[in-house]
Amino acid sequence: MDYDVAIIGAGAAGLTAAIYAVRAGKKTAVFEKLVAGGQIVNTPKISNYPGTPGISGAAWSQALEKQASDLGAEMIYDEVLQLEQVDNGFKLSTEDESYTARTVIVATGLNERKMEVPGEAKFIGRGVSFCATCDGSFYKDKTVAVVGGGNTALSDALYLSDLAKKVYLVHRRAEFRGEFALQEKIKTRKNVELVLGYMPIEVVGDKRVTGLKIREREGTLEKTLGVDGIFVAVGKIPSNQLIADLVELDEAGYAITDDKCGTKTPGLFVAGDGRVKELRQLVTATADGAVAASSAIDFLA
Amino acid sequence: MSVTEITSAEEFRKVVLESQTPVVVDFNADWCGPCQMLRPKIEKLAEGGAKIASVNIDELDDLAEEYEVASIPCLVKFAGGKEIDRKVGLLPEKKVAKFVEDTMVGSDEAEVEEA
Repeated sequence: MDYDVAIIGAGAAGLTAAIYAVRAGKKTAVFEKLVAGGQIVNTPKISNYPGTPGISGAAWSQALEKQASDLGAEMIYDEVLQLEQVDNGFKLSTEDESYTARTVIVATGLNERKMEVPGEAKFIGRGVSFCATCDGSFYKDKTVAVVGGGNTALSDALYLSDLAKKVYLVHRRAEFRGEFALQEKIKTRKNVELVLGYMPIEVVGDKRVTGLKIREREGTLEKTLGVDGIFVAVGKIPSNQLIADLVELDEAGYAITDDKCGTKTPGLFVAGDGRVKELRQLVTATADGAVAASSAIDFLA
Repeated sequence: MSVTEITSAEEFRKVVLESQTPVVVDFNADWCGPCQMLRPKIEKLAEGGAKIASVNIDELDDLAEEYEVASIPCLVKFAGGKEIDRKVGLLPEKKVAKFVEDTMVGSDEAEVEEA
């Protein structure tokens, strides 16, 4: 076996698991397809993680990655495409390589849900964005649409209303799911227009986005909002495709685990946002990482 | 070689548009977390011989507008003064390496152009 513990995903959960595993003397590798940190790298300022008020998500992620690799975790920047059970452990395959490990901690987190309408994919980076705080500044004095009805959509609309000339907030239901306080704040913004009961059906543009075509959810009325940018905030989906056959998933695709992050497959653990739980925050992700690593260490004993 | 920090439109013209070999431009900003995470990988590739320039979109917003950069990080490849390819958002390290491959001094293309 190449490793005692193989961790898939170098976000908050995965890297914390790595710290615990290497400190317990286990040979540990962390696989990451993009960059360390995961979703938190998009957060300009972390305000609710104990002990580091105001740190940026990127700085926090870099510090965490350094901590894990300084302690001896091996960072492998490659995407695990297949995970299978073999005698006494697991085999992880990337495009060109394969690795074996006695235990695996899956910490692959969540991905942005897409609108799944024509034009969306084509205009990503040319007017379609999944991150208001990343791309908002490109829309100073322009017109944008935010699609969604949860906390992310509401905070995106608020954030963008300080920059853009006009913000349409498009939501398919008559009421928002997001926090009451955010909803109240939205109402005070004169440049935010609520477009309720409509769903997006097409992103329109030539070289760049020029509009968002929408349709009544309970009707047939269609119209096109003239916008320069579209911010998609329609939720997130767990990235659990890799373990679909090895782990029980709930209807929404989240991994069902016991309270030690264990799954129905012995030696396979799930940590972080991708598992069924109440609160998905940095602090619960790191807690999961510690718990999953400790379970893996027990399993190896 | 390290990443060339572009500080003016004039410098952009000299370093990127008038380059005899392909150049990849990393459009980024200080407040962009994913850009910060990408940066060490870009630097490593530049040290390995790739020709990469960096444009801070807050300081040079005219350039970002001219090349229709609407989401960062955004890597744009220029050859012969024109955009020939771009990648938006974070990419796997291997794909970034592949994207900058033909800017390598010593790559076939570069040698031909320099000859």
